[in-house]
Amino acid sequence: MTELNQDGTVEAVGIANYQEQPVVLDVNHVSKSFKLPTEQATGLKQAFINWTKGIKGYELQQVLKDVTFQVHQGEFFGIVGRNGGGKSTLLKLIAQIYYPNQGSVTVHGKLVPFIELGVGFNPELTGRENVYLNGALLGFSREEVDAMYDDIVEFAELGDFMDQKLKNYSSGMQVRLAFSVAIKAQGDILVLDEVLAVGDEAFQRKCDDYFTEIRKDPTKTVILVTHDMSAIKRYCTRAMFIQDGEVAVIGDRETVAERYTLANLEAQKQEESEKRKALERNPDEYPNGLNARCPLLRTYGVSPLMLTSAETFRFAVEYQYDEPGDFYLAIALHDIRRGGITFDTGARKIKMTKHGHQTVYFELPLNLFNNGEFRLITSLRTPTPGDAKMTDAVAVALDDNACTFVIRDPRNTNYALINNRSLSITQVSELEAQAAAEAQRAELDARTADGSPRAEYSDEAAR
Amino acid sequence: MHDLTQRLRDRYGYAMTVLRGLVKTDFKMRYQGSFLGVAWSVLKPLMLFCVMYVVFAKFMRMTDGTPTYPVVLLLGISSWQFVTETVGIGLRSIVDRGDLLRKVHFPNYIVVVSASVGSLISLGINYLVVLVFALFARVQFTWRVLWLPLNVLELYVIALALALILATFYVYYRDVLHIWEVLQQIIFYAMPIIYPLSFITEKHPEYSAVANLELLNPIAQTIQDIRHNFIAPATQPTIWNTFHSPWAKAFPFVVTLVLLWFGVYVFRRNSRKFAEVM
Repeated sequence: MTELNQDGTVEAVGIANYQEQPVVLDVNHVSKSFKLPTEQATGLKQAFINWTKGIKGYELQQVLKDVTFQVHQGEFFGIVGRNGGGKSTLLKLIAQIYYPNQGSVTVHGKLVPFIELGVGFNPELTGRENVYLNGALLGFSREEVDAMYDDIVEFAELGDFMDQKLKNYSSGMQVRLAFSVAIKAQGDILVLDEVLAVGDEAFQRKCDDYFTEIRKDPTKTVILVTHDMSAIKRYCTRAMFIQDGEVAVIGDRETVAERYTLANLEAQKQEESEKRKALERNPDEYPNGLNARCPLLRTYGVSPLMLTSAETFRFAVEYQYDEPGDFYLAIALHDIRRGGITFDTGARKIKMTKHGHQTVYFELPLNLFNNGEFRLITSLRTPTPGDAKMTDAVAVALDDNACTFVIRDPRNTNYALINNRSLSITQVSELEAQAAAEAQRAELDARTADGSPRAEYSDEAAR
Repeated sequence: MHDLTQRLRDRYGYAMTVLRGLVKTDFKMRYQGSFLGVAWSVLKPLMLFCVMYVVFAKFMRMTDGTPTYPVVLLLGISSWQFVTETVGIGLRSIVDRGDLLRKVHFPNYIVVVSASVGSLISLGINYLVVLVFALFARVQFTWRVLWLPLNVLELYVIALALALILATFYVYYRDVLHIWEVLQQIIFYAMPIIYPLSFITEKHPEYSAVANLELLNPIAQTIQDIRHNFIAPATQPTIWNTFHSPWAKAFPFVVTLVLLWFGVYVFRRNSRKFAEVM
């Protein structure tokens, strides 16, 4: 009943066989709305006034609409969504802190939630007393807490502090303790909300190990709510994307991750266009990187913003530049995931011919690259007077004016920048290696004896 | 039999575990940071009793003339204190524990019950102190003491029912706290606790019929029963020896049951929304 994952780890329950396991969480056509008070209604007076005037006193906000899904035993189930998409409400419904207006939530087994930070610790009690109180609230008897106490303390790395009052803990220590209680408690279903920002690096690594471990346990079910895509990809066997209170997509993590990334790009685009509109309304202000000489410079995608390596990305640069004389565009390709500049056109390669408000189009083949998020940053440059090679930047298209796109290809991996179809390292015999190196050295010596400097070096030095 | 206990444990085991945890915490918190610690739970009622004894029995001379009256007074006041404490803490308990209710799911009536159990512990300690005073006052105990647990149970049910009702309303309307404080004073003076009922019936005989109606209040009925059965069967008027109509005798119990039903009904109806409303 095990399958080998893409990254080589073993999962007990995966996308292939999850349906054979019993259902532990059944969310059935759940809808949830909140009454948001429009007036301060926590007093009898206001309630009476509202009643006499016939005012409702609240606004109905629909947070979840007809959400249906099931989680099977042993799954590591991820729920992603943008802020305000309803994922935290859904989590509280699963943990039975809220109750649905319509539909039902059924849980089989003991559910241990870790929602927001703190989990209701009492600052006046010691760490030890808090662990026992928390255990009791989660439904564990004293004997059961006794059995898991050492494990909890060890995981939290708080052995020396357990008899200190909680108010003397740092916030990091409190969170660590709360998190340790949640994951070391012998529950059947673990519900986690945004936990991946907990603790320092060492503790995070520990959590990472723990998640990898728990994935192999076919009896434990984990439901993880996050907006961090990499966590979904790392741990989850199955995932769900919630958008505007509805299930946008549910299924294997790759599909969900892609849809989520796309939705984020769309939202970003919309935000940018709104910002641009706001800027157009007051023309005296320029966005970061632009100025009065060049009030408009932006790079935007013409192709879809998610492509495979086989495709070519087409994009446009729109500019407004009215000063006479030569000017150039320089375009740099930034690698957001790995950092650094992947490629740069060079300052004097793309010479512009038309002044005024113009749009020019470019294309960029992607076949070299692995999966990643990239950003194109364009600068508009003029020649430096008295220097044939240098240029001065007039404006740079930063932030919203830069263009972000992503590469997603099933043939690719995520780690390195260049994919193994474009580049490979091949093994050679010692003889071949030595002979080739000898030839290179001989050529170098001949050139030095000549007195002529190496062409490629001189070019480099001049820049 | 074994089957039944198992079923009960399945149903209420979790609630009991939570209750134990919360009561223990509350008790620890109560004397948090004090030098004498738990000793205060005995010292405080003892000192308060001394004050009350001096004020009411010695200076104000509010007495029915019997030698046991000071002890009767203490018993009445400590019983009433139990009601006010349970309702006062219970009323605020849901809102005070809001932080917890928004993070973990557990049966939230436990929060109110734990407030009442804390007060019940104080009541037990107070009764022990009263017992000591009673022994000093040479009280003659009778077999009626056996009724005491039932009377205390009734008092507990009334206090819990009030706490459940008011705690529910307090989540929505914070005015409830102030309303209850006023109401509490009215109820207190409308019961023969710091004055003996005979005080009215003897000085103003024309009001005696009205004064006897005070005993129909279930809290007054219970406290009088407790005084009657515990210490002073000879001097304390109760509903049993004041009224003859069975309807009148049944009245406080019906009120108690209705209160309990209403408390459970209102609380259960609204408890699912507590986490959202707060």
